[in-house]
Amino acid sequence: MGVLRSRIDPSAPEAVANRSAMENLVADLRARQAEVSGRGAGGDERSIARHRERGKLPVRERIERLLDPGSAFLELSPLAADGLYDDEAASAGIVTGVGKVEGTTCVIVANDATVKGGTYYPLTVKKHLRAQEIALENRLTCVYLVDSGGAFLPLQADVFPDREHFGRIFYNQARLSALGVSQVALVMGSCTAGGAYVPAMSDETVIVKGTGTIFLGGPPLVKAATGEDVSAENLGGADVHARLSGVVDHEALDDEHALALGRSIVRNLNRRPPVPPWDRLSPEPPAVCPTGDERTAHLYATVSADSRRNVDVREIVARILDGSRFHEFKPLYGETLVCGFGHVEGYPVGIIANDGILFSQSALKGTHFIELAVQRKIPLVFLQNITGFMIGREYEAGGIAKDGAKMVTAVACAEVPKFTVIIGGSFGAGNYAMAGRAYSPRFLWSWPNARISVMGGQQAARVLSTVRGDLATEEERDAFEKPILETYEREGSPYFATARLWDDGVIDPLDTRRVLALGIDAALNAPIPDTKFGVFRM
Amino acid sequence: MPEELSPSQAAARIGTTTRTVQRWIAAGVLPARRVGGRWRVASDALDAVTSETRGGAGPLGAFGIRTLFVANRGEIAARICRTATGMGIACIGAHETEPALDLLDGAAVIALARSSGADALHPGYGFLAENADFAQAVGRAGIRWVGPPPDAIRGMGDKARARRLAATLDIPILPGYDDPDQSDEALSGAAERLAAPLLVKPAAGGGGKGMRVVRDLAGLPDALASARREARAAFGDDRLILERFLEGPRHVEIQVLFDQHGNGVHLGERDCSIQRRHQKILEESPSPAVDELLRERMGEAALRLAAAVGYTSAGTVEFLLDDRTGFTFLEMNTRLQVEHPVTELVSGRDLVADQLRIAAGELLSVEQADVRLTGHALEVRLYAEDAEAGFLPATGRVERLVWPSGEGVRVDAGITTGGEVTGRFDPLLAKIIAQGRTRAEALDRLRKALDETVVLGLTTNLRFLRWLVREPAVMDGQARIDTLDRIWPPDDWSARAVVPDEAWQGAGRALATSMSDASQSDPWAGGWRLNAPPILRLAAGDGEERSVAIDDVVGRAEPGLVLADDRVHLDIGGRSVTFRLATPPDVDRAARAAAAHSAAGSSEVVAPMPGGVLAVHVAIGDRVEAGEPIATLEAMKMEHAVLAPSPGLVTDIRVEPGDQVVRGQLLALIDGEAGPSSERHDRLITTAARSGGTHEPQIEAAGRDRDDRPATAHDPPGASGSSS
Repeated sequence: MGVLRSRIDPSAPEAVANRSAMENLVADLRARQAEVSGRGAGGDERSIARHRERGKLPVRERIERLLDPGSAFLELSPLAADGLYDDEAASAGIVTGVGKVEGTTCVIVANDATVKGGTYYPLTVKKHLRAQEIALENRLTCVYLVDSGGAFLPLQADVFPDREHFGRIFYNQARLSALGVSQVALVMGSCTAGGAYVPAMSDETVIVKGTGTIFLGGPPLVKAATGEDVSAENLGGADVHARLSGVVDHEALDDEHALALGRSIVRNLNRRPPVPPWDRLSPEPPAVCPTGDERTAHLYATVSADSRRNVDVREIVARILDGSRFHEFKPLYGETLVCGFGHVEGYPVGIIANDGILFSQSALKGTHFIELAVQRKIPLVFLQNITGFMIGREYEAGGIAKDGAKMVTAVACAEVPKFTVIIGGSFGAGNYAMAGRAYSPRFLWSWPNARISVMGGQQAARVLSTVRGDLATEEERDAFEKPILETYEREGSPYFATARLWDDGVIDPLDTRRVLALGIDAALNAPIPDTKFGVFRM
Repeated sequence: MPEELSPSQAAARIGTTTRTVQRWIAAGVLPARRVGGRWRVASDALDAVTSETRGGAGPLGAFGIRTLFVANRGEIAARICRTATGMGIACIGAHETEPALDLLDGAAVIALARSSGADALHPGYGFLAENADFAQAVGRAGIRWVGPPPDAIRGMGDKARARRLAATLDIPILPGYDDPDQSDEALSGAAERLAAPLLVKPAAGGGGKGMRVVRDLAGLPDALASARREARAAFGDDRLILERFLEGPRHVEIQVLFDQHGNGVHLGERDCSIQRRHQKILEESPSPAVDELLRERMGEAALRLAAAVGYTSAGTVEFLLDDRTGFTFLEMNTRLQVEHPVTELVSGRDLVADQLRIAAGELLSVEQADVRLTGHALEVRLYAEDAEAGFLPATGRVERLVWPSGEGVRVDAGITTGGEVTGRFDPLLAKIIAQGRTRAEALDRLRKALDETVVLGLTTNLRFLRWLVREPAVMDGQARIDTLDRIWPPDDWSARAVVPDEAWQGAGRALATSMSDASQSDPWAGGWRLNAPPILRLAAGDGEERSVAIDDVVGRAEPGLVLADDRVHLDIGGRSVTFRLATPPDVDRAARAAAAHSAAGSSEVVAPMPGGVLAVHVAIGDRVEAGEPIATLEAMKMEHAVLAPSPGLVTDIRVEPGDQVVRGQLLALIDGEAGPSSERHDRLITTAARSGGTHEPQIEAAGRDRDDRPATAHDPPGASGSSS
C-alpha cells in the first residue's frame, strides 16, 4: 500500500498563514464550547447554584458520574441553538452524546434544568430526536437523564404536533425497545406532561427521592382542572411511583445513587456488539504528521485560509490515515474525486474526498468505489470540500445529471456506516453526492472553516442580480448583491449550521481521527447489512 | 625494638587514662611485667591491644565473634549489620534468611541463628531484646548474647521491683504504689492516699501499653480492669503500679555503657519529650533543659542503678524531669534504644560496636572523664502512619524513595524502593538524624533534610514531621511530653492539608499520559472531550473524588510523582497522596453515602486500620449514641476502640472476636433513624482524613480520652513491640 507524502513546507509563508488562521478558528471554537459547558451546565451561575441547592448535580456532572471513569464522551451538537432563542438556550437545553457506561456504548440524553427548566424548544426536540436516531442506526442503549418541565409553551406550535416533534420521542422509544435497544430513564427532576412518558416508555426506570417527579399534569394544572390541592411530591414523587404506581422501578436517594443504579441497570443488560466483518489493526499515527505541536502545525497548514483556493486533499488524507497508508483507487481517472482504502485508528475505511469540481468521471468513480466498500462492508468516510457538479452545455449533454444521480443513489443506498466531515465548502448537489445530512451518514462533523450553502454567496448574488436584469450600473448591482452576500456569509457559517443541527458538531481538525474512531466503534454496535442499490440510470 | 613503657606513658601514647591501662593490665588484656614493683608494658603489645580495642574497625575475631545473627528487621537490623560488617564480623539478618520468621517465637529464632552458624546474637530493640528467658536460652544454646545479663533484664523488666530498687538507692521516684498486693482494695486504698490524678501502669509493662490516667477516682475500677486486660494480653502479667501523675514533665533519659568487668560510663542524656501516645517522635541530645550539673547528677544516678543490677552492655535509664520536682526515675530499658544515634553523634561513639566489644568480653576503653559530648543532634522518626488520621498505621509499597544527604545528616533506614510495608511489622521506616555545632544548626539541617526526603507509595508522617520541626515549641526547646497533644493538629491544618488543584492536575496528566500509552487501541480511553480538555474522574487517597479537566496532556517529568501500575503517587508537602481513576459509583456505596448526607439512613462502622477484633461491644438491636464503642481492635499491640459514627440502632454486625479485618472493612451498620446529628460521619477513615484535624477522629487508643495525657514516656510500641 502506498504511503502518502507531504509536499507542504510548514515554514512556508502560506503554510504559516494557514496555520495561524486555523488556530484562530479553533480557539474560537473552544471558547464557544467553554461558554456552554464550562460551568457544568448551560444556565447562568445563579441558576446553577439554585440547582445545586436542591441537591441536584449540574447536567454535565451527572454525565461524568454516569460514564465509566476515563471514558471519552462524544458530545453531539453542543452548540445547538447558538444564536437562537435570544441565546437563552445553551446547547438547546439538552446535552446528548455517546459514551461508555459499564463498558457498553450508550447514547446519553440529558436535560439541562438550568436552561429554562429543561423545557423543550423546537431545537431541543430536534436534538433529542437526533440522539435517538443515532441510537437507532447504531443500536446504542439509551440512557435518559430526565429533568424537564416538558414543552416550551411559548413555542408549542413548533414543538408539539408534527411528525418530527415531541411525540416522536416516545414513538422512537417504543420502536427502539422493540429492536432490543434498551431504554433506561433516570428521573432526576421534573418530568412533566409529555415528559412523563419518557420514563413510562422506558424499559427500566429510576427516580430520585425528593427531586424527581413524574406527572401528566402538575399541581397547578390539577388545581385548575379539579380543584384538588396536592404537592408535587405527593402527586408524582418517588414514593408514589416506586411504591404505588409502578411507573419507576428503583428509588434513589440522590443523584449519585440514581446514576449508580443506572449503571447497574446497564451492566445487567448484558449486551454484546456483533462481531465486525473484519479485524481491527493496531492503531498507528499518520506517518507525515509528527506528534505534539508539530502535529498541529502540519494539519492546520494544509487547510487554505482562503476558501476559494483549492488544497490538495491528499495532504489531508495523509494526516488522517494510519501510517498515511492509502490504497488509492483509480488515481488516474476522475481525478477530482480521490477514493481509496486505508485505516483510521486501526479501523478500515474507504475514503471519498473531493479534490475539485465533480465531473461525470468523478461521479462514476465514486459510485464504483462505493460498490467496493459495501461489498467489503468497509465504513465510508466522506471528506467534503465541494463547490458542486460541473455545469455547462457540454456537461449537461454528457449526462452529468445522470452520473451524479448514480453517485447519489450509491450514497443513499450504501448500508455500510457512513461518516461525513465537511473540511471546506459544501455547496449544491455536491453536498448530496458527498453524503450530506440528508443522506443519513451515521455522523456528520464540520471543521470550523466549513461553508455550507446551496451555492457560493457570490454565485448566488450574481444569479439573482442577473435574473432581476434591471440593474444598469455596477453600483446598483453591488448594492443589490451586498445583502445577499451578507446573508450567504452568515448562513454559510458552520456555527449557523451546527446551531440548527445540520451537523453533529464542529470539530477541531486535529480531532478528526478521534471522532471517526469513536463513530466507527459506536457504529459497530449494529450489524452491517448487505446493500441493495436502487436503479442506476445508465 | 619494642620499648618498655610505664602505664602513664602507655596511656599518653594511646590517648587514654592511666587507670584504663592499669585496668587492662589487671584484667590480663594487656601483657605486662613488673619491674621493681612497677608495671612495664611492651610497646608492641600495647599496639596489638589497641588495634583491637580502640574505636573504629578492629576485628573482634580474636575475641570470639565471627558471625552475628540479628534477630530483628527493618532499620535496626540494617544499622547493626553496618557496624558489624565494618568490624569484620559476618552479619546475618533474620529477614534475609527467613522473611516469614516469627520473631516472637524465641525457639525458632535461636534455631535459625544456630543453623546459620552464628556465634553471637543481637536482638536489636523490641520484644526479644527485653526478654530475659530468651537471653538465657540464647546463652544456653552456646551463642553469645549481645546485651545485658538475663537477671538485669528481669530486674528492670519488673517495674515495681525497679521502683523499689531505685528507692533503696536514694534515686528519686514519684510517690506511688508498687506493692505485690494486687487486690482491688489495696489498689484503691493506695489510690485514695495518693489522690488523683494518678497513673495506672502494668508492672511488667513498657511502651505505654495498658497505661491509664485516672483523674477522678470514680473511674479507677474501669481503669484497673482495662489496664489489667491489656497488660495480661501484652505481657502475660496483670500486676499494676500506681504512680502520681505529673502534668507535662520532660522525658529525659541517660545512656549508659557497662562492660563485663564492672566498668561503666554514661554518655549524657537524650530528651524525648516530643511524643504522641507514648510514641517518641523526636529525640535530641543534649536536652535543652539539662545543664552540666544536672547531667552529672542524673548520670551518676543512672550508673548507680545499673551497677546495682550488674548491668552490662548499652542501656538507658529513663527519668521524668519536672520543673518543680526535679528528676524522678521512670524505668530502665535494658537494650539499645531506637534513638541511640543522637547519642552516637554527640559522643562520637558507635554504640553497636561498644555492645559487640562488651559482649566479646573487652574492657570499656573509656572512662567517664574521657567522655566528651560535643555539638547537638536531633532525630525524627519516619513512621508509616497517618498522623492526620489519628496516627493510624499505614501500609503500602514504597514506589519512590529519596533520602537527604549533606553535612551532618544521617539516615538509618529499613526500607528500600519497591519494599512492601505491611501492617505486620514495625511502622518505623527510618530515622533521620542531623547534627550541628549548635542546636540551631542541627535543627536547620534537620529541616532541610526533611524537605529533601521523598517517600511515595504509602502514607508516612513526613508532612507532620516537616510541620513539627518548624513549631515554636520545638524550635525553642520548650517541649514537654504533652506538648504534641496540645499543638497537634493545628487549627488551620485542614486548610493547609487540602490537596491543591495542581496536584489533581499533575495526577490527571500522569494518568492520562499513561492511559494514552497503554490503551492506545481503545479510542474511548483517556477521557477525551469534544473541543475541551479531557476529563478524568479521579479519586485521591482519602476518598475525595473529582472530575479533573486536564489542560495539558503532554506528560512532564515531575520529581514528586511516580506512576505505579494504574496509580499515581504524588508528594504533597511530604505526604504521599495516591490518585487513581475513580471507581464508578457502586449502588451500595452511593446509597450509604446518600443516607449519610440525609438525616435518616444507615451509616457504616468500618475498621479504621487492619487488625484483630478483640471484642464487639454491641449486639444487633442495640441503640447506640455517637461515640459509643462498637468494637475493639488490636493493631500493633495497641487496643483501638472503634466508635459509633452516629446515633441509631445497630442493624447488622459483620465481625466477631478473633476475626482479622482489613482497613475499611465493614464492622457494623447503624440505622440512624434518630434524626439529624450535627456531625455526620459517613466513612470514618474518610472523615478523619479529610477533616485533617478540625474534628477529633472518631478513634482513640483505649485508655486515653481527650483530656487524659500520657503521663509517662516509655518506648513506643514500635520500639518495644517492633518485632511482633
